[in-house]
Amino acid sequence: MSTIPIEVQDHNPHHSAPPGIKRWLLTTNHKDIGTLYLWFSLLMFLLGGSMAMGIRAELFKPGLQFFEPHFFNQLTTMHGLIMIFGAVMPAFVGLANWMLPIMIGAPDMALPRMNNWSFWILPFAFTLLISTLFMKGGAPDFGWTAYAPLSTTYGPKSTDFFIFSIHLMGISSIMGAINIIATILNLRAPSMTLMKMPIFVWTWLITAFLLIAVMPILAGAVTMMLMDRNFGTSFFNAAGGGDPVMYQHIFWFFGHPEVYIMILPSFGIMSEIIPTFSRKRLFGYPSMVYATCSIAFLSFLVWAHHMFTTGMPVIGEIYFMLATMLIAVPTGVKIFNWVATMFRGSLSFETPMLFAVAFLIMFTMGGFSGLMLAIVPADFQYHDTYFVVAHFHYVLVPGAIFGIMAAVYYWLPKWTGHYYSEHLSKVHFWLSAISINVLFFPMHFLGLAGMPRRIPDYALEFADFNRIASIGGFVFGASQLIFLYIIIKTIRGGEKAPALVWEGANGLEWTLSSPPPYHSFSTPPLVP
Amino acid sequence: MSPSPQFRALVFSLLLAMNPSVQADYIFNMTPGVTEISRGIHNLHMVIFWICVAIGLVVFSVMFYAIIWHRKSRGAKAANFHENTLVEIIWTLIPFSILTMMAIPAAQLLIKMHDTKTDSDLSIKIVGHQWYWEYEYLGEGVRVISRLSTPQEQIQNRDIKNPHYLREVDNHLVVPQKKKIRFLTTANDVIHSWWVPALGVKKDAIPGFINEAWAKIEEPGIYRGQCAELCGVLHGFMPIVIEVKTEAEYQTWLLEKKALMNNHPTIGHTP
Ligand SMILES: [Cu+2]
Repeated sequence: MSTIPIEVQDHNPHHSAPPGIKRWLLTTNHKDIGTLYLWFSLLMFLLGGSMAMGIRAELFKPGLQFFEPHFFNQLTTMHGLIMIFGAVMPAFVGLANWMLPIMIGAPDMALPRMNNWSFWILPFAFTLLISTLFMKGGAPDFGWTAYAPLSTTYGPKSTDFFIFSIHLMGISSIMGAINIIATILNLRAPSMTLMKMPIFVWTWLITAFLLIAVMPILAGAVTMMLMDRNFGTSFFNAAGGGDPVMYQHIFWFFGHPEVYIMILPSFGIMSEIIPTFSRKRLFGYPSMVYATCSIAFLSFLVWAHHMFTTGMPVIGEIYFMLATMLIAVPTGVKIFNWVATMFRGSLSFETPMLFAVAFLIMFTMGGFSGLMLAIVPADFQYHDTYFVVAHFHYVLVPGAIFGIMAAVYYWLPKWTGHYYSEHLSKVHFWLSAISINVLFFPMHFLGLAGMPRRIPDYALEFADFNRIASIGGFVFGASQLIFLYIIIKTIRGGEKAPALVWEGANGLEWTLSSPPPYHSFSTPPLVP
Repeated sequence: MSPSPQFRALVFSLLLAMNPSVQADYIFNMTPGVTEISRGIHNLHMVIFWICVAIGLVVFSVMFYAIIWHRKSRGAKAANFHENTLVEIIWTLIPFSILTMMAIPAAQLLIKMHDTKTDSDLSIKIVGHQWYWEYEYLGEGVRVISRLSTPQEQIQNRDIKNPHYLREVDNHLVVPQKKKIRFLTTANDVIHSWWVPALGVKKDAIPGFINEAWAKIEEPGIYRGQCAELCGVLHGFMPIVIEVKTEAEYQTWLLEKKALMNNHPTIGHTP
């Protein structure tokens, strides 16, 4: 296996980073852009997280404490939008930028200039979105789902800014996805056949196709919203012959694949980390690939399970129930495969593995509540309650976000050339893993007891579990500052990491030095 | 001289902090409710819950077995297997068949829930407004406007909260016991969702469209719910209180209401 001589490259001024701010503004380097994405995502995670702290503070006890209901609604809306489009998605794109070229033996991404552009759109998109908080009439207050007519006829003035920022995020995502597909399909080392690709590469390839398929649908939905608001159309206005429920159909046709956009890359990360720390090959590689493909395919066929209470015909409800239940099958296959990978392995529990095990347990729990939500008659009781809030936070926080954190710990020594502090990171892990359950588990009970979501104040019977959830939330929020500290500390120094950071790791990324050379593979390596 | 509002607020919040009775008991699970349908839902909920628990126990026991016994620190050596077609087919088919079995009773109950067309005894049109509910007894000429009755003082923490804080209204929706009631939901402005857990009914109220649901309530009593779809600023403040009376009591109430409507035709109209 060949690695490239680093010194030779650095003699050429074109092949090293320009100094200062220009390095970041003008960069076309996949690692620099990956770093930008990851920092941006961490910033958004902390911002969206502080909004969550505000929400939990308001819900600490019954009565209105800190915020007016109008501002509370803005907080829940912005929290959702920032976490989804600002924290989770850019983090995955950042990981893709850093790791895909290295994992497939490429020198860089296929479309480096577009790569720069797709990142630098994001700060503008989010400045626009966040600026709505300071506008007259306030920020969007209709939830991240932006159901019409609350967002059209009744939306605040700032809604148009929200629409434009969604357009920008969509453009950024689509360009990122095109780049990822082009890179994976064209720049693989010749000996890396599709069925030899690491699963993380596979899951990102599929995610990128999902992105290209559904981001334009979201753009279409918000454009129709823009037309209804400003140009007198009535797509979603019943008084003009439109249909408010059509908005939901279009939105969830985007929204359900979006759910998988936020989890498939995490599946890929798990499929890298679990074999490494089990010192054993991934169980059922082909079935992992096929399961991911079928999840992605099915994700287009289940959208209306978010809308059972809108009054669909009974046959429609039965169809969407069956299709939704069907997704549990390939998802189950993935979980069984990971457990089978661990079984009779030689396990050790460094921080990435701890996060991976927590992912396995808690994502499965989120999957179970998802299965319960698929049962239409039961969904009539769960829908739009805290049971749903618990469900999607279980799949998104210990699912997507723990996946990202596991990936950061797993590859941080590769990126920086330093090991992180295993002691501190374990403190971060245990605080997060325990507090997240104190935060989200009681929400199941709240939902079953009848507490609707998106309310700033609640009946007295919900007080106890809300208090517990808030305490868990504050601990979880504070623990993330440890994460930030660990990252900064690791970048600045620490025990030197060799090329093979983890004893049991396999893959091309471990053949490059830590940190890797500025251009990853200038000659294609040989894949065993 | 009366004490200043600040002083009163202080006293009340101290009282609130000391008085544990304002905090209700912990509720962990869905309640079975008071209709055949809501009990059916509760059954389905419990069945799927225990199925999840069972699958979870199996998966997590295997996992924890590996976590405990197959540790490197215990000297475990990694095995070499990484494929087994038979096992993979089995663990695809088992969840598939469990789910199919689950789908059948769910679909049956669903079909029953959709039966709004046959023998209903009365129909009530429910209109969601920002932010209150309006009930119209179709064919009776009776209309009820139902608004939150919790005083602002309690919401702003200046007063001790009622036991039914935020789940109390000025005018209840009154219905007879053991009659099939058809609910027709719609809305005047944005989408709302009419939800009473004890009835097993949650139906979106959508402007320009009419949705149907039904309930046959066995037990007289008062049941509470609230709007479930984000509908703007006061979404959290539009509760539903439904009062179930015996047939005779209901007829009396209806007559009184009709008389009142005839004498004061403006009552019940949107102010
Ligand atoms: Cu409402």
